Amino acid sequence: MRRSSRDSEDAARAVNRRALLLGGAVLALSAVMGARMRYLQVDRAEEYRLLAEDNRVSIRLIPPARGRILDPNGKLIADNEQNYRVVISREDAPDPVDVLHRLGRVIPISEADFAAALAEAGKRSPQPILVADRLPWEDVSRIALNAPALPGVLPEVGLSRVYPRDTDFAHVVGYVGAVSDRDLQELEEPDPLLRTPQFQIGKIGVERWMEDALRGSAGHRRVEVNVTGRVMRDLDRKEGTPGRDLRLTIDADVQNYVQTRLGNDSAACVVMNVNTGDLKAVCSAPSFDPNLFVRGISHTDYNALMENDHRPLADKSVQGAYPPGSTFKMMTAMAALSAGVVNPAHSVRCSGYLEIGGRRFHCWKRAGHGTVSLERALTESCDVYFYDVAMKVGIDRIAEVGRRFGLGARHDLPMSAIAEGIMPDKAWKLARHKAEWRIGDTVNAAIGQGYVLTSPLQLAVMAARLATGKAVVPRLVHAIGDEEQPVAPAADLGFDPAHLAAVREGMSSVMNSGRGTAHASRIVDETMLMAGKTGTSQVRNITTAERARGVISNDQLPWESRDHALFVGFAPVDAPRYAVSVVVEHGGGGSLAAAPIARDAILRAMSDGLPPLSAYPASQRPRIETQHEEMPLRPPEGGPPVLIRA
Amino acid sequence: MSFLEYRVKTAPAGLSKFLYVNWALVVLVAAVASVGFLMLYSIAGGRLEVWAEPQMKRFAAGMVMMFAIAVVPIWFWRNMAGVAYIGTFVLLVAVELFGRVGMGAQRWIDLGFMQVQPSELMKLALVMLLAAYYDWLDIRKTSRPLWVLVPVLLILAPVVLVLLQPNLGTSIMLLLTGATVMFAAGVSVWYFIVVAALGGAAVAGVFFTRDTPWQFLHDYQYKRIDTFLDPSADPLGAGYNILQAKIAFGSGGWTGRGFMQGTQSRLNFLPEKHTDFIGTTLAEEFGFLGIFSLLLLYLLILGFCLVSAMQNRDRFSSLVIIGIAATFFFFFAVNLLMVMGLAPVVGVPLPLVSYGGSSMLMLMLAFGIVQSAHVHKLR
Repeated sequence: MRRSSRDSEDAARAVNRRALLLGGAVLALSAVMGARMRYLQVDRAEEYRLLAEDNRVSIRLIPPARGRILDPNGKLIADNEQNYRVVISREDAPDPVDVLHRLGRVIPISEADFAAALAEAGKRSPQPILVADRLPWEDVSRIALNAPALPGVLPEVGLSRVYPRDTDFAHVVGYVGAVSDRDLQELEEPDPLLRTPQFQIGKIGVERWMEDALRGSAGHRRVEVNVTGRVMRDLDRKEGTPGRDLRLTIDADVQNYVQTRLGNDSAACVVMNVNTGDLKAVCSAPSFDPNLFVRGISHTDYNALMENDHRPLADKSVQGAYPPGSTFKMMTAMAALSAGVVNPAHSVRCSGYLEIGGRRFHCWKRAGHGTVSLERALTESCDVYFYDVAMKVGIDRIAEVGRRFGLGARHDLPMSAIAEGIMPDKAWKLARHKAEWRIGDTVNAAIGQGYVLTSPLQLAVMAARLATGKAVVPRLVHAIGDEEQPVAPAADLGFDPAHLAAVREGMSSVMNSGRGTAHASRIVDETMLMAGKTGTSQVRNITTAERARGVISNDQLPWESRDHALFVGFAPVDAPRYAVSVVVEHGGGGSLAAAPIARDAILRAMSDGLPPLSAYPASQRPRIETQHEEMPLRPPEGGPPVLIRA
Repeated sequence: MSFLEYRVKTAPAGLSKFLYVNWALVVLVAAVASVGFLMLYSIAGGRLEVWAEPQMKRFAAGMVMMFAIAVVPIWFWRNMAGVAYIGTFVLLVAVELFGRVGMGAQRWIDLGFMQVQPSELMKLALVMLLAAYYDWLDIRKTSRPLWVLVPVLLILAPVVLVLLQPNLGTSIMLLLTGATVMFAAGVSVWYFIVVAALGGAAVAGVFFTRDTPWQFLHDYQYKRIDTFLDPSADPLGAGYNILQAKIAFGSGGWTGRGFMQGTQSRLNFLPEKHTDFIGTTLAEEFGFLGIFSLLLLYLLILGFCLVSAMQNRDRFSSLVIIGIAATFFFFFAVNLLMVMGLAPVVGVPLPLVSYGGSSMLMLMLAFGIVQSAHVHKLR
């Protein structure tokens, strides 16, 4: 195609004009880019530098080691052990599902764990996938051996709680568990530690109520992380404070002995020092293994615990509230004596019943006791005597005395759901039941039936206060870290020593007089003589029809309808050291079911090892020896229970 | 002017051609590529073999090709324009038909020794064809509707194919580059004004009818457009990348955090840190001074191209250089605006710096054409 050179000159000039325009446009857009660079990198540099720092630096909490729990002699009750777990890091595992399957061929993984890990692997999250917890060391080394075939599989080590004396302290110490949403909601400003994965806090018992001392405070380290959250290097670190060790007042060996002695009965026993209030043993049977809860209890195990009619999960020692039965008679007596309505020498005639307002209130002994003094009334547990004096003194004064002995009040211990019990009086009934107090209520309360409810702990405190005349307060924590917890000097209860002596005399006769209801459970060693009181409390009303058919023996009733067996006591009689209380649910009579346990427990507390056979009446020694041989006790150094002479 | 009119004798011949090569442009291109090597070395954590070394090899091969093209007379390349366009178009159709099945990934075609994206080559072929078209066309017919329609169709054909891939970034660049060549060739500005107005009206129509019974698109399509235009509306997806890019960019400050000290790229917070987002690493490690210097280098390359185009009295040469310069400009402008959060993320590499073969190869071929035009211009 031909064209004139004039045309081409014009065309070239046109192109140049347009090229200059384009160049101008380029410069304009470049100016915009330059301005944007300046804006981002100069005007807002600080802000973006901070955001970059924010990306790069992550603050990781270092969980503190939880404080241990020991007995006064330094025996471990709760400890921390190294726990190996295995996780899959997504960054290093190109196909986590495939790696998981391969891992399953290297170590045994439970079906539930495998399914959980598989679900986790399917999610898009920067967090590593937890595959298995609490691996035995062999599995960890097997993973290390197969490391090249398992990209991204990392064994991690952490601390986890372990209770070496498993069932012995399940109710007292409780257990730790994963932090739940409810735990977080209950706290106003939850410690950020609680949000760290795998962190565990006390759920019940001492673990829960001493959580602050046990937990310690978190350290932190600043680390540089990459986009997937993997730590590239440490920038700096500040160690936290480990939790403080706790020393309980409970002697691990005494506790083990008493717990074993209770066996599979549905029962509770509390042993305490009458002078300091130090609890020596607080047992509830049957028990459970708290380690199951730390590891995450299986449905089967949990259902078995829930369905057991002996309620292993309930702490009967402090949570249980039982009618105290005849163990309450000392309160009625103390109220009548201190009110001055009777003196220790006062006698009542028992003809087997007392008729009040046209209704007959029976003594447990149908034939009647004849003329009974206070001492005999306690020794033989005559009901009519106490009906009589209770009517003279009135319920309000009985309740007031009961409260001074620690009934109807919550003893403050770091344990869960401590029962307050009920120490009823007229105002209480009006408020609670919107009804007038009746004379029959007083009669029932006089022998610890009716509305009165007490926990084994309260009964032990009552016994200790009777033994000393002082307002002894129970104590569970001996020391926090190196700080010994002070023992508050117990104030005098303000009762006439003569009145206390009279009641103690009666309690001594219960065991040491031939007619005493617990004579069979006496201690014969002169230096350790024991005083106490049996109790049998009804859990159901005896119907008129049953009454017509005559007294039914407890053995003929179904277990859950049988009477509770109770016992309270202290020893030695002259210079008391320990008080004890025992409740055997549906155990029948206090003298048969509860008193022998109380004797064994208090003897064990007063001895270094097994209760000495010499303390028992000679005729019982062979039986006690057999009993000792058949008790699976934990060796003093810890470990699983063994038969001493197996 | 047809090639018969070239005063062949005045054009340099043999090895003396190398004396007439635009050496300033060669040095500038090498400088920009070196910035790329440096950054690729840094991003790989101080390792050469990961990205920097393959990139260097590709660049060296590109240099050889550039000189090989430069010594071939420009009129030969003009005559090849149609062949290049048709050949590339066939390749585009081929990847559309077989790319998915035969070669695994769409868009790519395996030449045995390397893989190329035909859409990249099309950028150059289109510029050459349009330049040749306007060189052939009677200047007086330039603005006549029928003669305007022809280049429009030549542009739209590959644009539609690339859009089907789908590759929005490249199709926009093809469209803009083609329009730029037409503008430079002297097509009346009224066409551009009318097209811009119509386009604006269409966009306005789409948006103004939103939430009315007459809306053009489905609701989910509007939502998609929303996140495309404003990634911060989708902070975990597209918004995350652009936020991290802005953080990297901004945290550089005046002088940057230092070579190999960029935390955003080193710790993988940056997406596509060695390809499309490599500019943010430069901005992070060398700051405003670094990234602004790169912008100046790019502008110098454009400047040398424009001067060369304006000095060249051959119409094909001028237009092809302007078209190539435009392609180059759109590359870095779209990329930088994108990583600075001023344009939607469309996947355009930073020319000569980003890791990758196709765009590098295409650009070196294009600079070869520019050099050929420069060496063989009328003197």
